[in-house]
Amino acid sequence: MAIIEVNGLRKAYGGRPVVDGVSFAVEEGEIFGILGPNGAGKTTTVECLEGLREPDAGAVCVAGFDPRTGRDELTRILGVQLQESELQEKLTVREALELYSAFYPDPAGWRELAERLGLTGKLTTRFGKLSGGQKQRLFIALALIGRPRVVVLDELTTGLDPRARRDTWKLIEEVRDSGVTVLLVTHFMEEAQRLCDRIAVFKQGRVAALDTPSGLIRRSAGGTVISFAPSRSLDDGDLAELPDAQTIERRNGHLTIHGTDTTVNAVISLLARRQITAHQLRVTDSTLDDAFLELTEDREN
Amino acid sequence: MSASTAVLKAELRLFGREPFSLFWIVAFPTVLLTILGLIPSFREPDAGLGGSRVIDLYVPVNVLLAMIMAGVQALPPVLSGYRERGILRRMSTTPVRPASLLTAQIVLHFAAALGSALLVIGVGRLAFDVALPGQIPGYLLALILGALSALALGATVTAVTPTTKATTVVGSIVFFPMMFLAGVWVPVQAMPEALRGIVEYFPFGAASQALNQAAEGAWPDWTHLGVTIAWAAVLIAAAVRWFRWE
Repeated sequence: MAIIEVNGLRKAYGGRPVVDGVSFAVEEGEIFGILGPNGAGKTTTVECLEGLREPDAGAVCVAGFDPRTGRDELTRILGVQLQESELQEKLTVREALELYSAFYPDPAGWRELAERLGLTGKLTTRFGKLSGGQKQRLFIALALIGRPRVVVLDELTTGLDPRARRDTWKLIEEVRDSGVTVLLVTHFMEEAQRLCDRIAVFKQGRVAALDTPSGLIRRSAGGTVISFAPSRSLDDGDLAELPDAQTIERRNGHLTIHGTDTTVNAVISLLARRQITAHQLRVTDSTLDDAFLELTEDREN
Repeated sequence: MSASTAVLKAELRLFGREPFSLFWIVAFPTVLLTILGLIPSFREPDAGLGGSRVIDLYVPVNVLLAMIMAGVQALPPVLSGYRERGILRRMSTTPVRPASLLTAQIVLHFAAALGSALLVIGVGRLAFDVALPGQIPGYLLALILGALSALALGATVTAVTPTTKATTVVGSIVFFPMMFLAGVWVPVQAMPEALRGIVEYFPFGAASQALNQAAEGAWPDWTHLGVTIAWAAVLIAAAVRWFRWE
C-alpha cells in the first residue's frame, strides 16, 4: 500500500515553476530515491511533504495525513533531515538528543542512536564545535529519534567520509528492514544504486523516469560497454556490421563500443577472425550514472 | 517532562552560556546605579526635584534600563538567529511548534529583566538608602507593563528585519532613543515640562512616570498605565503581523 502519495504537485516561486506537475507513490517499507540535477525541484517536493511549504496545486498525502491540515498527526510519525538547518550553537550533542527525545511520545533510546552514529565520544561537545560530518550524523540521529514510520532524508551523506557513508547506508538499510519507509533525496549515484528500491529521476520540476535502479540502467541506451586497445586498427566496415552497437568511439588508439551481449560476442569473434589482440579488454554494464546523465540531459542544447 | 518544559529547560541552559547577555541585562543596570550613587551630590536632596535625591529617581530608571537591555538589546538577535539558521524550521517538522522556542526565550529574558530589577531595587535600598516602592502592586503592574513593551518592541524589531545582521543594527538604532525615553540621561521627572509632556506619551516615558509615582507611594496615573498598555498592544500586534518564520 502506498504510504506517500503525490499527485499533480505544483509549486512556483515568483512565477517560475519549480515543481511542475509531479506525481509518484511510495510503498510502505521501501527506500524511495529522488534523484536529479540541482534546481530540479527535489527539495521543494519533499518540503511540501514535510509541511514546510504550501503547494500551489496538487494533492500530497503522507500516511493518510495531508501535511497542511494534519500537521499534528503527521509530525509524530515523520522523521526529517533537512538539507540546510542548524541547531543552537551552544547546545551539546547530548542535550540536543535529549531535547528532541522529549518531543515524541515513544522515542528511541538516544544513547543507542548516538552509539550507532559514532557520536558517543562527542556527547558533551557543543553543536557549533562539531565538524560537518558530525553535524550530519547528529541530524540523522534526530531524524530517527521519534521512531518514525516515514523518514525523509535530504542529502543524507553529504559531508561524510567514505567509511561514515557506508556505516550510514547500513543503518538506513536496517531502518528500512524494521519496516520504516525511507524517502531519500540524493546526488550520489552509488548511494541511490546501493540503497534505493525505486528511484524517481527529476528533471526541471517533473518526474523524467521512475523505476528500479536496474530498470533505469536497462532503459538507457547501450547497456553494455566494451572497451579495448586493438593491436592493430580495425576496419570501419567490420565495425559498422557489429549487431546492436549503439555508439562506437575511438580515442588514443582505444575503442569503446556501447551495445548488448550480442555485440560483445560479435566483437570477440571479429577479433579472432582478424587475429587482432585486444589489450586492456573490459566489458562493463553501464551504470546508473550513465542512465542519469542520459535521462536528465538537455536535448535542446 | 512535557515538550515545552524540555524546550524551556534547554533554553535556560543556553541562556546561562551567554555571559555578555547576562552581564548587560542582570549586572549592568545595578553597576550604573552604583556609579551614579557614588557621586556625592546625587545623594543630596534637591529642591528642584521636590526634595527627592537624584539617586531616588535613578532606581526606577535603571529598572526600566534592565527591561530595555533584555527586550531591545539582547532578545532580537537571538530570535533572529534562530530563524536565520533554520532552527525554527527544523523544529517545525517535529510535534513541537517553533513558537514554543520563541516563547521560552521571551520568558527567560523577562525573568532575567525582573531579576535585574529586583537587584537594582535591593542595591538602591541597601547601599544608597533609597526607600522601597511605596505602592507595591502599582509598581509591579507598571514594571510588568514596561517589560511587556520592551519585549514586544524587541520582537517587532526581529519581525521587520530579514537577517540577524539587520536585526542587530536596527536593535541598536532603537536602543538609544529608548534609553533616552526611559530617562537614562535625564530622568523623565527632571526633564523640562514641555519635553516631559511629549516623552510621557512614549513607551518608556509613560512607564517611567508610572514607576516613579508608585515608588513614591501613590497608585500610578491611569493615563501612564494606559499609554504603556496601548504601546505594548500595538507592538505585540505588529510583531505578530510581520513576523516571518523563515
